[in-house]
Amino acid sequence: MKKTGAEIVWEMLRREGVEVAFGIPGGAIMHTYHPRQDFGIHHVLMRHEQCAAHAADGYARVSGKVGVAIATSGPGATNLVTGIATAFMDSSPIVCITGQVPSSLIGTDAFQETDITGVTLPVTKHNYLVTDVADLAATIHEAFYIARSGRPGPVLIDLPKDVQIASTEFVVPDEEVNLPGYHPVGAGAPELVKQAAALINKAERPIILAGQGVLMSKAMQELRAFVEKAEIPVALTLLGKGGFPESHPLALGMMGMHGEAYVNQAIQESDLIMAFGMRFDDRVTGKLDLYTPGAQRIHVDADAAELGKIVAVDLPILGDLRQVLQQLIPLVEEKSHPAWIEKIQEWRSDSHRRDILNRPENGHLVAAHFINDIWEATEGQAIVVTDVGQHQMWAAQYYLNDVPYSVVTSGGLGTMGFGLPAAIGAQFGQPDREVWMIAGDGGFQMTMHDLATVVQEKLPIRIALANNNCLGMVRQWQEFFYEKRYESTILLNPDFVKLVEAYGIPAWRATTRSEARNAIAQARKVDGPSFVEFQIAKEGEDGNVYPMVPAGAALHDMIRRSHPASDEE
Amino acid sequence: MQSTLVVLVEDKPGVLNRVASLFRRRAYNIESLSVGHTQQPGVSRMTIVVDSTHTNVEMVVQNLYKLVSVIQVHNVTDTPAVMRDLALIKISADGGASRAEIMQIVETFRARVVDVGLKTLMVEVTGTDDKINGLVDVLRPYGIVEMVRTGRVAMARGTGASVGDSAGPEGS
Repeated sequence: MKKTGAEIVWEMLRREGVEVAFGIPGGAIMHTYHPRQDFGIHHVLMRHEQCAAHAADGYARVSGKVGVAIATSGPGATNLVTGIATAFMDSSPIVCITGQVPSSLIGTDAFQETDITGVTLPVTKHNYLVTDVADLAATIHEAFYIARSGRPGPVLIDLPKDVQIASTEFVVPDEEVNLPGYHPVGAGAPELVKQAAALINKAERPIILAGQGVLMSKAMQELRAFVEKAEIPVALTLLGKGGFPESHPLALGMMGMHGEAYVNQAIQESDLIMAFGMRFDDRVTGKLDLYTPGAQRIHVDADAAELGKIVAVDLPILGDLRQVLQQLIPLVEEKSHPAWIEKIQEWRSDSHRRDILNRPENGHLVAAHFINDIWEATEGQAIVVTDVGQHQMWAAQYYLNDVPYSVVTSGGLGTMGFGLPAAIGAQFGQPDREVWMIAGDGGFQMTMHDLATVVQEKLPIRIALANNNCLGMVRQWQEFFYEKRYESTILLNPDFVKLVEAYGIPAWRATTRSEARNAIAQARKVDGPSFVEFQIAKEGEDGNVYPMVPAGAALHDMIRRSHPASDEE
Repeated sequence: MQSTLVVLVEDKPGVLNRVASLFRRRAYNIESLSVGHTQQPGVSRMTIVVDSTHTNVEMVVQNLYKLVSVIQVHNVTDTPAVMRDLALIKISADGGASRAEIMQIVETFRARVVDVGLKTLMVEVTGTDDKINGLVDVLRPYGIVEMVRTGRVAMARGTGASVGDSAGPEGS
């Protein structure tokens, strides 16, 4: 049967299991939009293309499916770029479809023409410019396969207008994609796995560094079985949250620049680190020369280019983590490390005493309070989407999470403005779950126009705004390292409650702990979206993220909140 | 130090751009790059010479494999291989005496004269970088008007192919 390029797009999306796409139409893509309703795929009309890409990303991260974003040529396509780069850095599978000027006009600087395949080359896993409608179906099938397989990532398909209009005999592409240069990895080399088991069996102070690779390879059960058999404590990266339950006795918590001090201490003092699906980002290593000085290192990753990229490893194992763990579990001995676990507990109780949640309240509302209160109210079962900055770190520290695929945050690129649109995607990806979006006042204002999308789609997203009237993370650095010169970080903000109410969203403002608790309870009762602004402290011990590894310092060399013993002196 | 990579890629538009973009993005230095067809339709072959003093060549290889259009990569630096560069050199040669001298030099280097003008000679030479550099040094005093070099191409010695037809990344 003959189909137009536009019809093939929707037909193929349907065949790939797509139920929802996020986008904005325009001159060069409206032909593709035209037949959409005939194919039963829901379209979410965003208010900015960047948000379309973030929404597709948020959808992908909670659903395990590929997210889809659609934009027109030129500015529509370039607006996607930040969202694509965000997905690329966090290995999130999305497919972006962009309109392009007609083939005959490509290269002539036509109206709304941008070389988007050129622009996105360094931030996509792969991209395509389709020049013949006969190639379109197979290209879309290939794009979805590449996006979700191996180390996932964004793929872009650029569609000239004439290709959307042209007709061809529709042929269903072969299920199996055969690409001569693309081979996702499987099991690890048995010899290396055996050597890894030997290292693990003789380690006295082992630690696992679990990253997003655990979630990507669906290795949660295997990781738990491995951890419990060999009794090895687990530190998580920011994106690794959900890969191992934080309530588990062997779960330590988050590592890195704003990780818990005892976690970083344990990493530094270990004699064996096992990096599972993480990539030694500079935010988790501190100064490289001083990183894990006494430890042997095992690194398991699905991407060969990550092995040995940042730190030298004794045993690099290329493979799918789940399969490698299945190979490892029978080879490791049942063991316990009581002295090591006890040592970590000592460090942990010191951290616990410094935690602001365990200190007497001084009347200031701090982020730890309201995030803890959201956590309690939702019993730790919500999907938490964050923006980027201080609140992101607080959310990671205080919203402890046991449920896989429930934390959505821009880790690698650190994209402010990510939160709201990613929450829109997440709510579509898990329509029956409670979604809390936590943002700061700086990042929220970068994409808050998409409140209109939340309302139009009647999404019951709970928005928590941590308002400290500044670009908090930059201001914190200025406080610590730039003589408290708050250069260009102080914001004169609108009345957020009025603003949000103008969209028809019920809103509350909380300035004390009891108001915070009350507002959270009220917001959760609303049928539809709701919003709470939390006025939080701006400076000092109440307003900074602790602990913190300063730039250039070793991982254990942290700025910490004062110990209560020092208050008593 | 230099390393020589033989890279088989899909013969599709934009593939050279993907490879070049990778080198730029990761701050790898390319010393030379040459591309051409192979015996297999749909497959092109690149020979890339990398400055291995400042670049981790193993990382280059693994990152090349991340490009969907790259089929196979082989580092032939330490394998017995024939490596060749081709140069065309135009030299000023007015008088009879210098002309004869140049011809003699050309013969010694097993190069050949491919064009004779009233005031110039064009020499074609094939060989290793060292041999071509040697010839260029000797010819320079006569006055080089123009020179072009192709960049290195390489092929492993012996019966096997430098790169196979369908194997996946090494180490996987």
